[in-house]
Amino acid sequence: MSKKWLGLAAAGTSVAMLLTACGGGGGNESGSGGSDISVDDSAISSVVDESTEQGGTLKYAHSDQFDSLDPGNTYYAANWDFTRYYARTLVTYPQKPGDKGQEPVPDMATDLGEVSDDGLTWTYTLKKGLKFQDGSKITSEDVKYAIARSNFAPEVLNKGPNYFFQLLDAGGYEGPYKDENLDDFKGVTTPDDRTVEFHLKKPFAEFDYLAAMPQTAPVPADADTGDQYQTNVVSSGPYKFESEWTPGQQLNLVRNEEYDPESDPLTRNRPDKVQVQFKQEENDRDKRLINGDLHVDVAGLGVEASARQDILRSEELKANADNPQTGFLLYFAINPNVKPFDKKSCREAILYAADKTAMQGAWGGSIAGDIATNMLPPSIPGYKDIDPYGTKGNKGSKKKTEAALEECGMPDGFSTNISYRSDRDKEKKTAEALQQSLQKYGIKTDLKGYPAGTYTSEQAGSPEFVKREELGIIAYGWGADWPSGYGFMSQIMHGDSIKPAGNSNLSELDDPEVNDLLDEAAVTEEAAGREKIYADVNSLAMESATFLPYLNQKALLYRPESLSNVYFSEAYKMYDYSALGLEQN
Amino acid sequence: MIRYIFRRLAAGVVLLLVVTMVVFAIFFLVPRLAGIDSDGLAARYIGKSPSPEAIAAVKERLNLDEPITVQYWEFVSGLVMGQEYDSGADVIHCDAPCFGYSFKTNTEVWPQLMDRLPVTGSLAIGAAVIWVVAGVSIGVLSALRRGSVLDRAAMMTALAGVSLPIFFTGLVSLALFSYYWPIFPPGGSFTHFTDNPLAWAHGLVLPWITLAFLYAAMYARLTRAGMLDTMGEDFIRTARAKGLAERRVVTKHGLRAALTPIITIFGLDFGLMLGGAVLTESTFSLPGLGKFAVDAIRGNDLPVVLGVTMITAVFVVICNLIVDVLYAWVDPRVRVGA
Repeated sequence: MSKKWLGLAAAGTSVAMLLTACGGGGGNESGSGGSDISVDDSAISSVVDESTEQGGTLKYAHSDQFDSLDPGNTYYAANWDFTRYYARTLVTYPQKPGDKGQEPVPDMATDLGEVSDDGLTWTYTLKKGLKFQDGSKITSEDVKYAIARSNFAPEVLNKGPNYFFQLLDAGGYEGPYKDENLDDFKGVTTPDDRTVEFHLKKPFAEFDYLAAMPQTAPVPADADTGDQYQTNVVSSGPYKFESEWTPGQQLNLVRNEEYDPESDPLTRNRPDKVQVQFKQEENDRDKRLINGDLHVDVAGLGVEASARQDILRSEELKANADNPQTGFLLYFAINPNVKPFDKKSCREAILYAADKTAMQGAWGGSIAGDIATNMLPPSIPGYKDIDPYGTKGNKGSKKKTEAALEECGMPDGFSTNISYRSDRDKEKKTAEALQQSLQKYGIKTDLKGYPAGTYTSEQAGSPEFVKREELGIIAYGWGADWPSGYGFMSQIMHGDSIKPAGNSNLSELDDPEVNDLLDEAAVTEEAAGREKIYADVNSLAMESATFLPYLNQKALLYRPESLSNVYFSEAYKMYDYSALGLEQN
Repeated sequence: MIRYIFRRLAAGVVLLLVVTMVVFAIFFLVPRLAGIDSDGLAARYIGKSPSPEAIAAVKERLNLDEPITVQYWEFVSGLVMGQEYDSGADVIHCDAPCFGYSFKTNTEVWPQLMDRLPVTGSLAIGAAVIWVVAGVSIGVLSALRRGSVLDRAAMMTALAGVSLPIFFTGLVSLALFSYYWPIFPPGGSFTHFTDNPLAWAHGLVLPWITLAFLYAAMYARLTRAGMLDTMGEDFIRTARAKGLAERRVVTKHGLRAALTPIITIFGLDFGLMLGGAVLTESTFSLPGLGKFAVDAIRGNDLPVVLGVTMITAVFVVICNLIVDVLYAWVDPRVRVGA
């Protein structure tokens, strides 16, 4: 830690103490993130420093780098948030704090999608006068091409999701790189320059959420350079690449003169320039964020431990911090294909024995997350606060655990393994906390750590490996691809999503009732009807006793004073980057 | 002499070939032995949600289902003759030496290595100059004044230098000379020599000294031991008996013979360092090869890890070759033997 900074922080604290000297008492927490510490949080429910001012250079930093800057080849919420600077989509999320920010609004399209009576065709009409950065017209063909390349050419672009591939009725179309005739792609048709029609294999009620993914951003076919397109994306938004970008180097965005703010439902053109520095050391990044040299940590995951302490110790810094839930649910999957978890009561023994307060403590206390009692994050529409395996104070129940072990046929306990990602310190500590609470009941566990980089592709995500290595309890976490129950649950609960490698349904849940309900939700047009289904799926998943949810993760975000129009976007689960501006003095 | 060099050169090439085999085996064979199939390997190159279609497509693109010999051949021939990668819309020509293509960042590995080499090179060369000059002179002085206060003080310092890890000395020097007394810039500041030689040196002083401290200590001890050994040899007595001045006896006869083991170890150390001084680069956030490798290992970017390993091996082999030649030049006994 830099001495200089310690001094600054101390000065800050003393100023704050002087100012609040008459207030007396309180605010004496140790800053460890233990008890009921709270920060300002005003950017969660409102827009902080609303302003219409333009100008300045907005500086972002990333501790690593994006998976890709290509809107058609990325799967990180931070990047979906960020690409809105240069890639407009058919539909997008409005610039509003709170739940309203999760409801899609048309962006390039004149309206939300219009669905045919059979539910199989979704139609969008482009606004008039939309242009690329070179002044050429954006047509329906450019959107069609974008879908074709991002979803049907997995040999070239495979970092993003492939929902369009799964849903569109495209026959054996091989993608634009193998089949140069775009007319062969029947999944999307373009009756005229402004109409885009999506043809589905089966109805999908939440299609507008897919249309909000960066994959629907138009790409001119003649500018496409495959996996190199990320070095020179053709902009449809308010900013464009200043020059060709080299991965790992600083990214500079400048104003796109061809962009017409009149056609845009969002105001996303406040700064004159946008900069992103990659591979910035985390603690250094936090220091610069707090002293104002940087404006935003673009990954949006919050500050590291050292800066967290500084912020929680200082009233002045707390006043510029937010501690929202990230929509990320942390849980342990209990795999029924590993003995003795083929018996439900044996799984229940784990659920009753777990001390969730200890796990919360291991993760970093209340600042790091709220205790989770079921398998939906609270911000998802339709969320119901259920707790089927609840225990008093979330500390586990001796009576219930012993009864479950009795029924399991192993009253003295049993042995199994807990897997976790060895390079994630908090996950390891949480696994240790679980290990300790299980030990009390004679349930012996061995901790098995695997690298995060291959965890989903090769170890926890390979059912064969899980069975062979007897990984009965698997640490994992999940966030929704879009703010709905389907977006959250389909990948981790639907039987059809079990895969031989890269599996995310780690509980290997294949319950016909769950599968049917999720399939039904996909064809239910009424949002209220879908929300009811999601609540049901949530209860069923909990009843299966294959999930041990323990934390709704929270992030500690810091917003430097120089930023204006700051609010937490419930759609992306971080500050809405498109809205940010800089205070002009 | 020519034949000697030629033989060493041939041995170097064979050695590199063996290194490619070992490296290749570590990254492509060992995972298989650990029970990871080609699906799992392919999934490493795909984003968060690898679909069966994407896995099949990546396997085809990377030839993961080909026999291991074919894959090895492609890897080696790529190094020598270059390779072509399909970016989808275009074909990317990866010219020899083609160290592969990172499917994580969609960039060729070679230009990225070359981007970072100046950083590591600057660090290694600067530190090497300091540690060789300091280490050898302290060692010689210590040996000549064996048992004196200077000898004892020097050897105590050397012991400290060998025992203290780089991340400790590095962080302490940063805390003192960058944060407390802001004489030198903090970590993460690298300026290219060609942009501004002064800023280049200014930014590197702390990493140089940190790194050199450790090595100088080792070299001082080595030199001292070597000098003590040689100064007792018969030929030194002969030289003295011939009536040579003591200064000439020490430099021309004593040091020259004592230097051979130093040169040997220097070749290895320096070669390894060019492949990345991992701890120093991480401590000072220098964007060099070592930090690059660490990031790549974290991100499971195999072609990059492979590339850094290969380039390290190349440097070690080259430095050894130079050492072998120098060896023959410094110590006449080697030439006779060859």
